[in-house]
Order: sequence, then structure tokens, then C-alpha cells
Amino acid sequence: MPEPTESVPTTFAPEPQTVPEPPRERWFLRFTLAQRYLHGVLFTTFLVLAATGMVMRFSGSIWAMRVARQVGGFGAILFFHKFCALILTLAFLIHVRDIFARGLFKRERGIFWGPTSMVANWKDAKDLFAHFRWFLGLGPKPKFERYAYWEKFDYWAVFWGMVVIGFSGYAMWFAPTFARFLPGWALNAALIIHSEEGLLAILFIFAIHFVNTHLRPDSFPMDYVIFTGRESEEEFRHRRPLEYQRMLSEGRSATRITDAPPKWLINFSRVVGFTAILIGLTLLVLALSAYFVG
Amino acid sequence: MKKLFSIGPGIVVSALLFAWPAWPLHAQSDCLSCHGTSGMTDSSGRSISIDGDKYHASIHGTLRCTDCHTKVKGYPHPANAAEVHCSTCHADEASGLAGSVHAKASDHPCLSCHGNPHRIVPKTDPISPVYPLNIPKTCGTCHGNPALAKQHGLANVYASYMDSIHGFAVSKEGLLVAANCTSCHGSHGILSHKDPRSPTYRTNIPVTCGKCHVGINEQYQQGIHGRQLAAGNLNAPVCTDCHTAHAIIEPTSSDFRMQSTPVCGSCHKDKLSTYRDTFHSQLGLLGGYVQTARCWDCHRAHEILPASDPRSPINHANLVKTCGKCHAGANASFVQYQPHANPRNRRLNPALYYIRLFMNLLLASVLTFFLIHTVLWLIRSHLARNNGGKNA
Repeated sequence: MPEPTESVPTTFAPEPQTVPEPPRERWFLRFTLAQRYLHGVLFTTFLVLAATGMVMRFSGSIWAMRVARQVGGFGAILFFHKFCALILTLAFLIHVRDIFARGLFKRERGIFWGPTSMVANWKDAKDLFAHFRWFLGLGPKPKFERYAYWEKFDYWAVFWGMVVIGFSGYAMWFAPTFARFLPGWALNAALIIHSEEGLLAILFIFAIHFVNTHLRPDSFPMDYVIFTGRESEEEFRHRRPLEYQRMLSEGRSATRITDAPPKWLINFSRVVGFTAILIGLTLLVLALSAYFVG
Repeated sequence: MKKLFSIGPGIVVSALLFAWPAWPLHAQSDCLSCHGTSGMTDSSGRSISIDGDKYHASIHGTLRCTDCHTKVKGYPHPANAAEVHCSTCHADEASGLAGSVHAKASDHPCLSCHGNPHRIVPKTDPISPVYPLNIPKTCGTCHGNPALAKQHGLANVYASYMDSIHGFAVSKEGLLVAANCTSCHGSHGILSHKDPRSPTYRTNIPVTCGKCHVGINEQYQQGIHGRQLAAGNLNAPVCTDCHTAHAIIEPTSSDFRMQSTPVCGSCHKDKLSTYRDTFHSQLGLLGGYVQTARCWDCHRAHEILPASDPRSPINHANLVKTCGKCHAGANASFVQYQPHANPRNRRLNPALYYIRLFMNLLLASVLTFFLIHTVLWLIRSHLARNNGGKNA
């Protein structure tokens, strides 16, 4: 994804200041409102899909039966699962359409290749290697561009995860239709793939993504940038020095600069973010206990 | 003359009294002249008064008292005046009872069920304790007592029966044809279910249930379970294994659909475990969603036939129809779906085995790699922070 070029939404505009303030920290826009909405839809539907999916996957466990009873039995579980699947599919299709519109029709080259693209490149491999060297105290911390290798992995894991889980899910939902062009045993395979890939997504998001992005000391307790869209100049320079340097050298800092996130947005991010993390960690514990205890 | 007449009856009475050893009693009226008095008791306080009208209305109303109370020849009565042997007339019932589980009962073997001996009415009379609709309550006076059930090592069956489809048919609908206790257990010659002559003995149960459920029994006898039982395989399930004996519920009810799959699985363990892996089971396991296929939706409940039998619903030629009951639009490719696939078995399901293996390896490798990555990162970040820099 290229750098956001969206102007600051008017609702976020700062209050008119009558008294000049002392020089304050500058803020830069990292994610557009549309990208933040996309993440919001993604994690909301994912939480429901994960919760309802796990109830089905571990249907023999006591908590699964209890949850099913609470929400009105399996009909309700399946309804919520399918409903969120449709919403997520729609969001996915809008995202794909957006990518192609920008890449093919608007000719944004940066979307498919280069420092702002989500596509992996040689630098990502070098960064991964260097990062490990830094973990072990064998070298300096690598300097990252707009999207670090683990962020690209997150993106593609979710992207292909949605394709695989989505396809296998719809194959089961509309089994007789899919059976017109798939062999019968593919329907057996669909459940295995759907359920294993779903479990991988749950474990990865709630154990790895949460820690890498939110809970590690650098961003603890949470990186609000995906909710507010903004990050401070200090954070920007420290986290992604190459992108920061490129922005300055290209003289584009003016187009990226924005106001500080309003207080309500930070509070909103806290409430939503921590709720999501709490639900996610609960599901993680349940998934691990059901997987290993049975 | 007048004087003579006045003492005449006295002499006659005295003469009669002393001329026989006891006053002969012939008619009920003779007995009722004393026992017709209400509140009459013997020396130990037991009631010995008889309601003549009700006795006359009873099935024994035309009998003389002494027909049953054979020890009583006149007045005064002998010590064992009350001794009565029903077997004098009811020999068949008595011999049945003598060989039954009730033979050693401490209560009166006949009266416990038939009630007041002077008011016995035919079992077709709604006031009879052995009228079909009253039988559960009558048997329940003893068998509804948990203490007695425990003492004799019996299940507490009364409550189960009363809540069952048969119990409701009797108690709520007043269905005379509904199975009551005696329909299955018999009445006088009740035998333990361990006795091969008992109608509740394992091999006899299909016949016993089949007295009413004729059509179902015919299907059962055609099916693999019926044929196995007939061949002497006592492990083959009979009616009560799936439906229970007393707590029988409506087989189309969600409760029954929820409870009975494990029953099939108690013998067909491998089939249950592979069924558990499927969407049918996962969706169906949690209450409230019972439409997903259970064993008998595909295999039938009573006329269960192996897939090789062309009449079987799981015979290849019939699968489109069988799956199509739920899956509208099922076609030849759709029915290749394996409802009992075992992805853990490389020999039976190689494709699924390798797909599952690949998915597990993918899961393990991704998670292991990133777990190491994250843990190292966390350690390094902590060290860097402790060394002074905020941004590690």
C-alpha cells in the first residue's frame, strides 16, 4: 500500500487557537481513515468468526456447549459465523478492488513494487536476518521502510488466509454447488483446511500479532496508530528511519503532517483496542486449552 | 296357652342353639347381619365390617362368603377365619405368581394389586386398580419408592416411565392401548429380565415391543441388528438399547436426537470418532441445532443394511437420494463426500492424511518460527530499555 495522501478529516481539525502555543511535537499520518476502517471491520469480524468458529471446532468441550447455549444454540452460532464471513468477504473484495484500481488504473507504481509496497523484496530478507542478529546482540538494529517484514507477513498471512478460509468455508456452505466442479472428497478436505487455517489465524493473531505490534515494550500497551492513523515524529523517525529519511529527502513531509490525535479518539482507541485484546487473549487461552487438553 | 306361646320361641331358639355344634351360616345375609355393621373390628383392631352393597356390586358379589372363607363353618368362627386362598379358583394366576419375582413378597400377593378383596371389579372397570390406565400407579405404590428400588437393586423406573412417551399416553391422553407395566412385564408371572422366559429378556424384547409396534419390528428383523440377534449374537442391540426401557421419548424430539448418537457409538466406536470430526457432528453436538445428520438419518433406524445391500440407503446407487434429503441439489460428485473419513489414517484416506499433515506442519512451523522471533525480540527489547534507551 502506498503512503496515504488523504487530507486530514475536518472533524479532526484542531480547535482554532488564539494564543500561540510553544512548539509542539509534530504528528504524521500513517493510515488513512479507509485503512483504519478496514482494520476495524477486519478485527471485529475476525473476533466473532474466531469465537464462533472455535465453538464449532471444539464443540465437544464444556465451554463451547455453554457458549452455544448462551447465544441460542448452534443455529445462532452458525448465523453469526456466516454473517461475519459475508461482511469480511465484502471488505476483502473492496480492498482488492481498491488495490487494482490504484495499481492498474491510477498507475500507482508504488503499490506493487518499491519501498511503499506490501510485496516482499530482497531488503525484507536482509532485514529479517539483521533483526535476528540484533536480537542476539551481533549487529545493529536494521532500519525499516514503510512496512517491515513482519508487517508484510501479517498482511499476506491475512490476505491468503482469507482466500483459503473463505473458499473452503463457502465450499461447505454451498456444498452441492461447489460439488459441481469439485470432487466429493474436496468437501472433506475443506473442513480440515478451514479449521486448521482458522486455528493458525487465531493463534497467530492473538499470540504473535498482538505481541509484535502492541504488547512488546516499544509499543506497550498498545500501538494506537491503527486507530488514530497518526504517529508522533519521534515514533516515526525511530521506528521507520528509512521512510522518514525518504519523506524528508523527497520533500513530502508537508503532505503527511497532521494534527495530534484528539483525546476522544485516543480514549476510543483504548476502549476498543483493549476490548479486542482481552477477547483475543481469552480466545487464545480457550483455543490452547481445548487443543492440548481436549 | 298364651304363656306357652310366649316361651315357645325361646325354647326353639335354645333347642337350635344347643342341637348343632355351631350355627350354620349359608347366605351372605347371615354374615352381613353382623359384619354389615360399620366400624366392626376384631380383637386386634382390624376392620371386619363389610359394605354389603359394594360387595354385591363386585365381581365376586354372587359368591357366598364361605366360598372364600372356607374355614368358617358357623358361629363362633375358628381362629383362622380370615384365611382365604384365591388359588382355589384362580389356579393359573396363582401358579404364575408362585414362579414370579413377587413370589416372596411380604404383602398379600393378590390384594397388593387387586385392592380391597370385597370390592374387586373386572380389570375393564375404570375403578379397578388393574384397569390399564391405573396400572402404573398401582405398580408405582411399591416401585415408585426409591428406598424399595434400592433395597432390591432395581432402577427407579416409575418416574422414568411416567415421563416417557408411554407414561404420557396413559396419564395425559388416557390411551388404553399405550404400553403400561404389564404390557411388557406380564402380570402374574413376572420374571426377571435375566430369565430367558421373560418377555423382557434380551432376545424377547423385539417380540414384546413388536406386539404393538408390528411394523417397526418387521423392519428391525430385516435389518442387520435383528438378523444378528436372531443368529444368536447377544451384543446386537435390541429396542431398549437405543430407546431405553422406561424413559422412552419421542424419537423425533431434539432430546432424543441429541442423546442417541453416542448410543450407536458405544458399539461403533470408530464410526463415532470419525463422525465427531465432521461438520455434521460439530454443528449437532451443541444443543439447539439438531437438524444435522445423525446415524439413522443416513443408515435408517430399524432396517439397517450394509452398504453392499442394494436396498440400503447408503448403497452407492441410493446416496444421491439419501444425501438429497437434506442437501438439495446433491449430485454424484457431492455424494463422494465421506461422512466417516479419517484423515489420521494414511491407508484409508491418503489425500486427507497428507492435507492434514501439511496443514499441521504449516501451523507448527509458522508458529514456532514466530514464537522464537517474538521471544528473542522481547528479550532484546527489555535489555535495550534497561540500557537506557526508551525506544528499543
